[in-house]
Amino acid sequence: MPDNGEHVAERTAPGGVDTASPEETPVFSLRDVSVSYGDHLALAGVNMDVNAREVTAFIGPSGCGKSTLLRSLNRMNDLITGARVRGELLYKGADLYAPSVDAVQVRKRIGMVFQKPNPFPKSIYDNVAFGPRTVGMKGDMDGIVEKALRGAALWDEVSDRLRDNAYSLSGGQQQRLCIARAIAVEPDVILMDEPCSALDPVSTVRVEDLMAELKERYSIVIVTHNMHQAARVAERTAFFSVQVDDAGNRIGRLIEAGETGTIFTKPTDKRTEDYISGRVG
Amino acid sequence: MADSSMAASTAGANPRRPLAGAGTSHWGEKLIKVFLALCAAFSVLVTTGIVLSLVFPTISFFGQIPLAEFLLGTTWAPAFAQASFGVLPIVVGTLIVVVTALAVSVPIGLASAIYLSEYASSRVRKVVKPALEVLEGIPTVAIGLFAFFFMRPLAEQLFPFFPWDTPFSIGIAGVAVGLLIVPLVASVSEDAMRSVPAGLREGAYALGASKMRVSMRVIFPAAISGIIAAVVLGTSRAIGETMVVLIAAGAGNPNLTFNWFGSAQTMTAYIGGTATGDISQGTVVYDTIFAVGALLFSMTLVMNIIATRLVRRFREVYE
Ligand SMILES: Nc1ncnc2c1ncn2[C@@H]1O[C@H](COP(=O)(O)OP(=O)(O)O)[C@@H](O)[C@H]1O
Ligand SMILES: [Mg+2]
Repeated sequence: MPDNGEHVAERTAPGGVDTASPEETPVFSLRDVSVSYGDHLALAGVNMDVNAREVTAFIGPSGCGKSTLLRSLNRMNDLITGARVRGELLYKGADLYAPSVDAVQVRKRIGMVFQKPNPFPKSIYDNVAFGPRTVGMKGDMDGIVEKALRGAALWDEVSDRLRDNAYSLSGGQQQRLCIARAIAVEPDVILMDEPCSALDPVSTVRVEDLMAELKERYSIVIVTHNMHQAARVAERTAFFSVQVDDAGNRIGRLIEAGETGTIFTKPTDKRTEDYISGRVG
Repeated sequence: MADSSMAASTAGANPRRPLAGAGTSHWGEKLIKVFLALCAAFSVLVTTGIVLSLVFPTISFFGQIPLAEFLLGTTWAPAFAQASFGVLPIVVGTLIVVVTALAVSVPIGLASAIYLSEYASSRVRKVVKPALEVLEGIPTVAIGLFAFFFMRPLAEQLFPFFPWDTPFSIGIAGVAVGLLIVPLVASVSEDAMRSVPAGLREGAYALGASKMRVSMRVIFPAAISGIIAAVVLGTSRAIGETMVVLIAAGAGNPNLTFNWFGSAQTMTAYIGGTATGDISQGTVVYDTIFAVGALLFSMTLVMNIIATRLVRRFREVYE
């Protein structure tokens, strides 16, 4: 595998299977992106690309702006009063924050899975069908629901009780339901904010296996505080940290981003190395 | 058995804590418990008292007037020389007021609640919510006068072709009662919507749902039990509202009428208008007040039971 994201154009897909090759333009290109909440600058000066059909992990100590950055990728931050994104944030080459762009349309293409499973208090079926109905997908809804549930490796467990309330499922099943709900609209990208942090180890493994399958079709960005998880699931990893400026403000910074293997074995920055080796929590 | 061994092992892990209850704090606990129980008993006692005070005159009333005549009769003229005790005219009057009031207050109240909970900025909400709560406290007399001197004449000017045959109108009284309970419906259902966990809202937005869709398809159903509670509270207020109806709907028509535009009496207005100083105990008219009161009480009770069922049936549980 090539070791450097900047030379993506020269890559060839392994084994001649090139349906989901990462040669396309990056899904996200960030140039000097910063995010603030009111006068509080939470994250500054982020430059990075996110490749298509790969898993990209955001790691770093708590409060360094991982969720903040993730939520600006599908304009969820628009919902927070006072939140403001500056810099250039391109989605497939188009400015995500251009005045003509409708945040609602953005979220139809860029789905999200949250830290705490948040199914709607509706039936399993209606949870999955919510998105397709929202975006006005035509055709056989039963088929769409089944496909999404299979995609989230949940179908076999729930096929005989689709009308049951989603809250009758276990936490791990609920999170996979939320993933099914997100993929039911066939988005381009799935953003996941610590999707396993509320799950037991067995459910965590299932969700991780699922990510490996999903990246064949979707681009995935995952925030995780679990470095082993990043190492297991992600092709590329971005390490963030908090920098305290002269005035005592705590500002999140991207320290380095690259292939996961490189980040974990040969980090170029001392802070990454300290974090990886567990010297900084 | 399992319990006591558990307790022993926990205690064993914490040897410095005495196992025997210390005397004084124990008595204090008991005293507080008794006091709280008395407070709880007080409201039960008051309710029982109200029911009993209704029961005896009501029994006396039905000793003189058959139940069927009371419930099915279509002329309500207890104080006339040719007395008649059919309660339907004032029951229908009450229903007209309640239905009209709900038709006004539910759409406006719920729309305001959705606006405040999902659309308004926190700055707007901080001003509007207290204003709503102030509106809830406007004296009903004022609203009654407003309905009689302003709304009713205005309505006739705007829609002269309707049968406004007296200066009073039961329908206009209903509209005024509706306006009166808008703040209640709005504020209770807004509380219910605001208490829907933020995660559900985010989950829906993340699927590309518009604000309207999030409000109607996620927040509204998740808050439905609180919203039903709001409507029930509003209905109770509308059934019980006396002053507005007394002023704006007039003394009514002894015969059964469905004329929304004309005068009619409600059950509460009858009670309020009749229970004055010059009514003598022991007469049939005196007993009618209690019979109507008992009927009002049963209607409200049935409604509350139905509402409780509804809430349980439609509740979308989220934990
Ligand atoms: N809704 C918000 N309003 C104000 N400040 C916020 C909000 N969300 C996050 N922040 C601030 O932004 C910074 C980064 O937070 P976050 O993105 O949640 O970090 P992480 O996900 O890496 O733990 C923190 O200082 C946090 O206090
Ligand atoms: Mg976070």
